[in-house]
Amino acid sequence: MMSPVIDNAGKVELESVLASHAGDPAVLALTEKLSTSIQSAKFDRNELTLTISREDIVAVCQAVQASGYNFLADVTCVDWYPNQPRFQVTYHILSHGLKRRLRLCVLVEEGDPSVDSITTVWPAANFYEREIFDLFGARFGGHPNMRRILLPEEFQGNPLRKDFPVEGYR
Amino acid sequence: MAELLTAPTVVAPDQDRTMILNMGPQHPSTHGVLRLVLEIDGEVVVRVAPDIGFLHTGIEKTCEAKFYQQVVPLTDRIDYLSPMHNNLCYCLAVEKLLQLEIPDRAQWLRVLLSELTRLNSHLVWLGTHAMDLGALTVFLYCFREREEILRIFDAVAGQRMMTSYFRIGGVSLEPPLDFHDRVRKLLKNLPERIDEYENLLTGNPIFINRTKGVGLLSAEDAIALGVTGPPLRASGVDWDLRRDMPYSSYEKFQFQVPVSKDCDVWARYVLRVQEMRESVKIATQALDGLPEGPIKADAPKIVLPNREAMKTQMEALIHHFKIVTEGFAVPAGQVYQAIESSRGEMGYFVVSDGTAKPYRVHMRNPTFATLQAIEKMCVGRLLADVVAAVGSIDIVLGEIDR
Repeated sequence: MMSPVIDNAGKVELESVLASHAGDPAVLALTEKLSTSIQSAKFDRNELTLTISREDIVAVCQAVQASGYNFLADVTCVDWYPNQPRFQVTYHILSHGLKRRLRLCVLVEEGDPSVDSITTVWPAANFYEREIFDLFGARFGGHPNMRRILLPEEFQGNPLRKDFPVEGYR
Repeated sequence: MAELLTAPTVVAPDQDRTMILNMGPQHPSTHGVLRLVLEIDGEVVVRVAPDIGFLHTGIEKTCEAKFYQQVVPLTDRIDYLSPMHNNLCYCLAVEKLLQLEIPDRAQWLRVLLSELTRLNSHLVWLGTHAMDLGALTVFLYCFREREEILRIFDAVAGQRMMTSYFRIGGVSLEPPLDFHDRVRKLLKNLPERIDEYENLLTGNPIFINRTKGVGLLSAEDAIALGVTGPPLRASGVDWDLRRDMPYSSYEKFQFQVPVSKDCDVWARYVLRVQEMRESVKIATQALDGLPEGPIKADAPKIVLPNREAMKTQMEALIHHFKIVTEGFAVPAGQVYQAIESSRGEMGYFVVSDGTAKPYRVHMRNPTFATLQAIEKMCVGRLLADVVAAVGSIDIVLGEIDR
């Protein structure tokens, strides 16, 4: 089972990945201003993934947006139950100018599954964050309309959590 | 942008001046089961709040309980107008996880059938969009050509709509003998047929009045709201994944990406019609240059063997048995693969934990994001323009609700 927990080997990988992507404007902007907020970095199958500390996601998104990654393609979540931190909120950001993608991850503990909403940076996140709230039960602080989007209001539970049975409760 | 975000799903009437109108879920112009809660002041729209989820079937959850190869038929059912795009995007994502090389013939077949799928989808869009705006005849002509495309799909994949033709590692079957001639005939006739549709619409004063200057969306708003595909290009952003981030050997094809700066429903109509012409060009190139060779990757533990080998060779039989009963393990990792579908950027985010079942499959569907722009397009405009705006984003509720 691949666990998102960050260890010492991760720190080494972080440094080498950041060094090899120093030319990327987003990496450059983040290492200059927000280097402490990058928890880990991974370059796998030609895709760059940066794990960001939960408190800094809005600031990081602003910096990434200012550096030329102008388009938020997708926001989603992965449930690593029973591992902790349990939720991996994942942002896929695209740069029309650079023709390159960037993945940002935020790891969220089960006890307090909340992240700041990035709707102030990209309004496109609105529906996606509602979808995560609906299907995973993670909350987004500062979201203008934090309600279920796909399931009915009276639905019990969050079906995409791994401890929710595929066939549902009867 | 802030005022856009504060719209709650249930709109409270503002004293007695405005009224709430429910448009849908059973309304012919919502193309399925979209419910729009409209606050209107006379005929003028004050607020729009889309309410979705009527078609939610939990496909993402179902994917987690299936083997990798069993997910392919599920992907057809998301966007029922462009099944092959879904197949393609999912297969590319899993192939990226597996680091699998796909033979040229399979890649070109994928391009050819993707473009036929785009034509199929755009034909349905054109017919229904024109019908929404009162031009009933176009629908009949569009469905005439669409029927031939569906017959070709039937001949190739054995299914008209839920094709599941693209498989992990290639395509499922060699196309039938008369495939070349039928596709060639279709592609030869289509430009004339597209002229016919344009004769009915492009100079039609009623259609022009219903679409020009309606549903305006600026480039900044389009990017901020995650709009992709023809609506994005109609707002003047020159971006097409087929050209800018090529996949499945699209870089070997010559085609134009039509862009318009008009930002309105008319521009989206003109763009899609031009796109159909470009699709015909790409499909013709793919048909002309279709290379010979295998249609499946050389990966016996992932790709099912052909029937002949399975019945004569012990190893092939074992592989077949193993793949069908146990699936195949995919190395751990996370990939995001995006393609340009008929409606915009379709992305599959696939997470593998090293087992034979995907740990997580997430679909980034173009119209889910584009629907957020509906308020920008409609507020301050007439109620009748909502119909034009919804039609112009080519909405498919199957992929929005999943």
